[in-house]
Amino acid sequence: MTATTEKYVYVTYIRTTPQKLWDALTQKEFQKKYWFDMYQDCDWKAGAKWSMHRANGDVTDAGEIVEVEAPRRAVIRWRNEFRPELTAEGYATCTYEIAQEGELCKLTVLHEIAATHSKFIEAVSGGWPKILSSLKTLLETGAALPRPAG
Amino acid sequence: MDLVFKALADETRRALLDRLHAHNGQTLNALCGELDMTRQAVAKHLAILEEANLIATRREGREKLHFINPVPINEIAERWIGKFERHRVRALADLKRNLEKEEP
Repeated sequence: MTATTEKYVYVTYIRTTPQKLWDALTQKEFQKKYWFDMYQDCDWKAGAKWSMHRANGDVTDAGEIVEVEAPRRAVIRWRNEFRPELTAEGYATCTYEIAQEGELCKLTVLHEIAATHSKFIEAVSGGWPKILSSLKTLLETGAALPRPAG
Repeated sequence: MDLVFKALADETRRALLDRLHAHNGQTLNALCGELDMTRQAVAKHLAILEEANLIATRREGREKLHFINPVPINEIAERWIGKFERHRVRALADLKRNLEKEEP
């Protein structure tokens, strides 16, 4: 870890099983329910291509899978592809960690990039809390949160 | 949610969150830096924030780093303001900030 790495950590506790949480994170149809109509294309194997899409198929982000250990851990090399100033910052690393704690699953999302004052990290830092709250609500109640206005 | 409100009902703990919001991923020593408190007192406040899931900690080498975790605060927002028009709430917050010339 160099001094110029910016890192954010998001943690949520969800009343579910590691396998269900893993499926929710990795399955396209599941993602669409809580990721505000976005979905990812990937077969979740080390070295596999990874891409994020809008409902109309447009690519917003792309990269590849660095590590996978279902249903515990995945590492994604992740670059924004639709805002040139963010694409220019290069690849960030996003890590999912799932740990069972009693009846709850602890999901940790780490997003880090080797840059200072990263605009990419600023952009994702607004998104993760909403996505994780929506995911938690979906897994615990069966219904996701409505898309935030504005 | 009780833990979150209890953790937030203290000026020092809110100040610690402000410091992590400004500069994420700090050690206990760094967080103690400008505070006129013992290391033990700061550690106790951090433990209460961690218990409420308002901060997450990671070990990196020999260091334990503290990160602000905004997810529980987002859950509070979703519970009471999520279904209203969020941009209107934000517009009022912006207006208040401009009128009062507060730091964001």
